[in-house]
Amino acid sequence: MKTFSMGGVHPEENKISTSAVIESMPLPDQVVVLMNQHLGAPATPVVAKGDQVKAGQLIGEAQTFMCANVHSPVSGTVLKVDTCKDAFGLAKPAVYIQVQGDEWVDTVDRTPDIKRQCDLSPAEIVDKLKAMGVVGLGGATFPAHIKYAVPPGKKAEYLIINAVECEPYLTSDHRVMLEHAEEICIGVSILRKALGVPVAHIGIENNKPEPIAVMTAMARQFEGIHVEPLRVKYPQGAEKQLINAITGRKVPSGKLPIDVGCVVSNVGTAFAVYEAIQKNKPLVENILTVTGKTLPVQHNYQVRIGISYNDIIRHALGALPETAGKIISGGPMMGKAVCNLDAPTVKGASSLLVMDEAESRRQPETACIRCGKCVSACPMGLEPYLFSALVRNGRFEDAQRRNILDCIECGCCFFSCPACKPLTDEIRLGKNKVRALMAKKK
Amino acid sequence: MKPLNISGSPHVHSDESTRRIMWRVNLALVPMLLVALAFFGLNALLISLVSVLCCCFFQWAIEKWILKVPSTVSDGSAVVTGLLLAFNVPATADMIWLVAIGALVAIGIGKMSFGGLGRNPFNPALVGRVFMLISFPVQMTTWPKPAAWFPVSTDTVSGATPLGLIKEQLSTGRTLGDVLHDPSLGLPSLSDIILGHMGGSLGEISAVAILIGAIYLLCRRIISWHIPVSFIATAFLLSGVLHLCNPDRFLDPVTTILTGGIMLGAFFMATDMVTSPMSRGGQLLFGFGCGLLTIIIRNWGAYPEGVSFAILLMNAVTPLINRGFHPRRFAV
Amino acid sequence: MHSILIAMLVLGVAGALFAVLLYFVAQKFKVDENPLIDEIAEVLPGANCGGCGKAGCRALAEAFARQGNMDGLKCPAGGDAVAQKVAALLGCVTESAEPMVAVVRCRPCHVGDQALTRYDGLKDCSFAHSLYTGASGCSFGCLGLGSCVEACQFGALTIDPATHTPVVDEDACTACGACVKTCPRGVIELRAKGRQNRRVFVGCVNKEKGAQARKTCDNACIGCGKCEKVCPFDAVHVDNNLAYIDFSKCKSCRKCVAECPTGAIQSVGFPVPPAKPAPAAEAVAPAQGQAVETKLQSSTLNS
Repeated sequence: MKTFSMGGVHPEENKISTSAVIESMPLPDQVVVLMNQHLGAPATPVVAKGDQVKAGQLIGEAQTFMCANVHSPVSGTVLKVDTCKDAFGLAKPAVYIQVQGDEWVDTVDRTPDIKRQCDLSPAEIVDKLKAMGVVGLGGATFPAHIKYAVPPGKKAEYLIINAVECEPYLTSDHRVMLEHAEEICIGVSILRKALGVPVAHIGIENNKPEPIAVMTAMARQFEGIHVEPLRVKYPQGAEKQLINAITGRKVPSGKLPIDVGCVVSNVGTAFAVYEAIQKNKPLVENILTVTGKTLPVQHNYQVRIGISYNDIIRHALGALPETAGKIISGGPMMGKAVCNLDAPTVKGASSLLVMDEAESRRQPETACIRCGKCVSACPMGLEPYLFSALVRNGRFEDAQRRNILDCIECGCCFFSCPACKPLTDEIRLGKNKVRALMAKKK
Repeated sequence: MKPLNISGSPHVHSDESTRRIMWRVNLALVPMLLVALAFFGLNALLISLVSVLCCCFFQWAIEKWILKVPSTVSDGSAVVTGLLLAFNVPATADMIWLVAIGALVAIGIGKMSFGGLGRNPFNPALVGRVFMLISFPVQMTTWPKPAAWFPVSTDTVSGATPLGLIKEQLSTGRTLGDVLHDPSLGLPSLSDIILGHMGGSLGEISAVAILIGAIYLLCRRIISWHIPVSFIATAFLLSGVLHLCNPDRFLDPVTTILTGGIMLGAFFMATDMVTSPMSRGGQLLFGFGCGLLTIIIRNWGAYPEGVSFAILLMNAVTPLINRGFHPRRFAV
Repeated sequence: MHSILIAMLVLGVAGALFAVLLYFVAQKFKVDENPLIDEIAEVLPGANCGGCGKAGCRALAEAFARQGNMDGLKCPAGGDAVAQKVAALLGCVTESAEPMVAVVRCRPCHVGDQALTRYDGLKDCSFAHSLYTGASGCSFGCLGLGSCVEACQFGALTIDPATHTPVVDEDACTACGACVKTCPRGVIELRAKGRQNRRVFVGCVNKEKGAQARKTCDNACIGCGKCEKVCPFDAVHVDNNLAYIDFSKCKSCRKCVAECPTGAIQSVGFPVPPAKPAPAAEAVAPAQGQAVETKLQSSTLNS
């Protein structure tokens, strides 16, 4: 069974919410839609205070290249266009909407019928992805219309669909595959057409036998979709590692997947693509897992973006448990700790993970015993212990020479460190400093 | 609401810790301790006990009164040093007290003077052992002969290690074949050698016990195969070549790797995480260097045994090896 | 005997050969260095704080010697005293600069037990800054992890355990600027020490709109502009919801301090005003006035 070539760890899987069927989250009284929900520049608000909006209506327009459209997830009145603090406390431009009813834009097909036929040309598909504000839902929220508009001189040979979900706890992709296999396969076919590649590979880790079975059966009905079960190893869902696992190719340092003829998209993105292209539905909903070892119930929700974390917690759990020590948006290996629960959810938020105090506290740091576990765990073949020492001594140029920028911040080094050194933190700091140095030199 | 914890990712950690690694190494050393008890009796127990207690005490005292830092004795590394030091001395009554000096040197000079665990360039137990070997050459080369199984009495007859005996006899001009077949010398048979029923330091005698501990460490991924395999293979091949060239002068490879400290050194001393290289390639080179130096010292040096010196010398070049050998990057 | 002689001979010849070799190498690769460099390096503080922008004190000394005058070069840590000595060595004159001191412009209210979050990662302000707002909830203010303390080569900074913000020891501070460069949020600023060590400054760097800033922190500057209006010397200006006092214009009249609704403007080094209701304190007030210019007061309190 295939997997990537070096490093990797096996964190406890904790996929405890796999059996929770995707529920629809009821609408709150108010939503806040951030204009900056994607990689790149924020969208420009095109509504003003007092405007009536419908669900699916464009409210933030992409006016620069690296940007994505933002649509209203609800119908109602625009309260104000202001800033709002995101989950990490940083103020971002946002549109506040008072929810009134649930009226959608007329073009959106709200029927449950599944539409297989797609007659659009590749260019039209890309344009529609842009109009619908589709971004990658694997975590980086890279605007899809940029990814699928392959730059001239480069050619895509592989379309890889990332259904690995190698992060512990997360089950949103798992559930989407079980419940929307056909839509995903249609979405994949559309993406395949947009790129003009013969076969799309769907990589699924072997700890998800049900989705593998469902997807394999469904893929038989489609042309050019191949389901590839992969050996369980974190970080298989990292773009470079997944490309390596499926194609054997390696993305060179500082290059993009397209440079080795690969395009990788998340399985959730494929579902969003189906909805955007076939049902004219902009990206205004996420599949979000609410999970945690100490929670009495586990949920998978379909939530409108802009609902606050507090609203989700209130609906899912009633109240935050007393024992909660850390809330994480995303998985425990690469997700971000949330400090502001009043913040709205954004595109690509795949989970709300509640850790109790004991699970979330880091062990005190002890001396490095040079065991080399970080080196053998690193999937990029780097030397985290060395970066730690270099960063602590301010030797950022040496760190750059030792390829600190190759780090994908998967967290394997900290995870495996017996001394509990904050290696990933130090490397991230080092990368920031190295990038600042490089910018200064230019 | 109480404040939420914030940190960068990852938010989970494997249950690996320095403490767990060190106590697992201690567990792996238990079979050797049992064999030592079986062949050397009470002396072995007392030496180990004194060595471990002294190492722990010195570390605690230095941390408390000189460095003024919180004590790290409970992480078990001082116990590892203490046991390994005890395993590297002969099981004579003198050693019960001398090993305390070795412990002071091992912990005080070998480890704490560099800043404690993780910062020492040399294996502390070997620093202590070599200090004792140079300072107390007579006591350190007087070996009790394991006369019977589970001796109750602590006064065992003293003799030399097989390596020492052979070296001594060779220097008188006899040929190796002559020496090996001289029943008056009482050299151990191959089965004795494998079980450990022969003269030698506390922990180095039984290859079987060492392998049991080593397999445990390998399964727990505390050590990797690279250093021990390249160390032993180098020693085996080199001594094999030498033996083929001149069987009258050089010992056969099987006896070479099973007697003396090669097994103990290869699996437990050379693999010390702190003082060995990080990358796989570096580890292979490190093991090769250890094997080469051991054979050179054994056959042409003044001492009959050279494992300690070989490992210490290679410890010294470890930073250099780390500089030269880097892991293969995922993609260049 | 014979062998000893041979050994002596071999070693002696080898030694002599190497000595000759060394001599020629030393001649060949001799670097003529301006002796002035050593002399200047001698009077520099030697802390290698980097405040001058050079790699270290030696590098600054070389620059001084190369240039022959002090134009554009300065040892901020050494201050006037060092400048005079260097000037004497270089044979030029230097005008005495106004002494400066590092000033911490933040007094977060949500710290300690009041903290909104508890940081559990790498103790480095720059890293925490890239992660989130900080325990106080203010994305502009002090993170309190002490990177400035680490950066200070003169031991002039400590983190006050009560306020979780750095405290400047004015006597130790050389105004080298290392802390200013280290702080990822620009909380620390070098300001003129002021006459009699009396200073007035805005103790806040929050640029949020008034209501937001107030929500974030009780001590925040809300950009109301009252200080700007009341200042007779045109020293205070509100820009981007944040007031800033130009220390070159400020005469330390403290009208703005009295006017500030949130107490964001701090004044340090002034005598404690005699407590009005207690007449007993009045008698000792003038004498006390001279003595209250203490470190504690100057750094944390606005009297």
